[in-house]
Amino acid sequence: MGYPVIDYLSSPIMQRALLGVIITGLVAPSLGIYLVQRRMSLIGDGIGHIALTGVGLGLLTGGQPVLTAVIVAIAGAVAVELVRSRGRTSGDIALAIMFYGGISGGVFLVGLAPGRSNSNLMAYLFGSPLTTTAEDLIVMAVLGGAVLAVTLGLRPWLFAVCQDEEYAKVSGLPVRLLNILLAIMTAVTVTVAMRAVGLLLVSALMVVPVAAAQLLSRGFAGTMALSVAAGVFSAVAGFFASLQLDTGTGATVVLTAIALFVLLVLLSPVLRRRWKPMATENGEQPEWVLESQ
Amino acid sequence: MTGVLGIEHGAVAYGGRPVLRDLNLTVQTGEVVAILGANGSGKSTMIRAALGLVPLAAGSIQLFGVPQRRFRQWHRIGYVPQRVGAGSGVPATVREVVSAGRLATRGFLRPASSADKQAVSSVIELVGLGERAREPVSTLSGGQQQRTLIARALAGEPDLLVLDEPTAGVDAASQEAFARALERFVAGGGTVILVAHELGPLQPVVTRAVVVQDGVIAHDGPVPQPAGHHAHPEHDHVHPHAPDEEPGLWGTQ
Repeated sequence: MGYPVIDYLSSPIMQRALLGVIITGLVAPSLGIYLVQRRMSLIGDGIGHIALTGVGLGLLTGGQPVLTAVIVAIAGAVAVELVRSRGRTSGDIALAIMFYGGISGGVFLVGLAPGRSNSNLMAYLFGSPLTTTAEDLIVMAVLGGAVLAVTLGLRPWLFAVCQDEEYAKVSGLPVRLLNILLAIMTAVTVTVAMRAVGLLLVSALMVVPVAAAQLLSRGFAGTMALSVAAGVFSAVAGFFASLQLDTGTGATVVLTAIALFVLLVLLSPVLRRRWKPMATENGEQPEWVLESQ
Repeated sequence: MTGVLGIEHGAVAYGGRPVLRDLNLTVQTGEVVAILGANGSGKSTMIRAALGLVPLAAGSIQLFGVPQRRFRQWHRIGYVPQRVGAGSGVPATVREVVSAGRLATRGFLRPASSADKQAVSSVIELVGLGERAREPVSTLSGGQQQRTLIARALAGEPDLLVLDEPTAGVDAASQEAFARALERFVAGGGTVILVAHELGPLQPVVTRAVVVQDGVIAHDGPVPQPAGHHAHPEHDHVHPHAPDEEPGLWGTQ
């Protein structure tokens, strides 16, 4: 079966893999919280689909798949944002075509690439942290740092836009710029997470830690801090569990996050009672007074 | 044309269907104008057009004497939209929501100054939510949520307050708190435009009523007296249309 944790960490391969997974656990929820707030939790999944076409392009042309993936994902994310901001009812179908076109295009291009193999495809779809190179790690750290700078640094403005977009417009905030920036950062996050958890699972790390955090938190800032903590915890715990059990890292990390969510759902009535004695004590007057018939 | 808001020959259409026709309205500094009308009369559309949220099919709009297209001093306007359901999405405290109202005054990318923080605290006190500032908005009553949105609009210290159905489905205590906040705002030299189905405790504050009927202004002058059961002080109108529409997959539009 497994080995003591310390044995794993003596290997540079393991160190790089762990760092990559931690960066993902840190960055994905800090961005995902805005998508959840906007009720666009599934958008990260769609951008992940589109990014696969970028991976296919990179493998086909012999370029860097990470570079082509980030470019194609950004183009896709901006297109998605334009569809969203127009608010057309047909936008739903346009998004479906983009997402399935993206994943099909990726599989198709990987098939055309020299030295193709399904394991190659699997690595991008479901992650393969143990193949993280030092160069990959630097790219992840730089892109992840850029995402964190935006999600933390612009929090008041991104919060305002995601919470009430019309109000933000009337306030004269640069709503279009902020929306495009958020779309670009979603694409970058997808690419950062690609190596660690894979394109099909990245969205889970954007959403599940946030869902877990908001069971306990009262405000947006608190939710963000807790969701990042939940993301990093799931990443580290899932990483070591996957080594012990010899299972896929991405899937194990995501299942860990979901287990944490379920645990908090079961515990939250107890935790809330202890932490929030005020919430139930003051009886409110009825606010809807219906006339007697 | 001078004044706070000027609409000349304004027209709005949704998908080719005219909603408002040949609208002419001038609001001067210090006025408290109530825009009244039945559901679907176009009264909300009128202020949404004035704020640039709905495009004009014809005519022109001026804000503080500047054509709307070139208007940039949005911090002078405090907007209170119709309350939407706050039950889902990521939790946000009263203070966080109200702080969003300070961003226009604070400036893009500027950190919050102590004056910004003080302004947010004082408007939360003003609407009577001081003790609930750190609680999630979703746990408040409908009236308290409405007060949160009013505090958000006041946080930027605007010259013009625009409110869309501020008292719809709001409890009596919140209506009183709202009327007090409005009186203070007007006493400080502010101008108010509010869309309402009926005025209730706001009636003494309102200086002028504009009644919209079938897309045109049917009355512009003194406040018409309420009639029938609407006049009863205990009457609380419950809107048949749900204020919170189900969001689509990509968020509420």
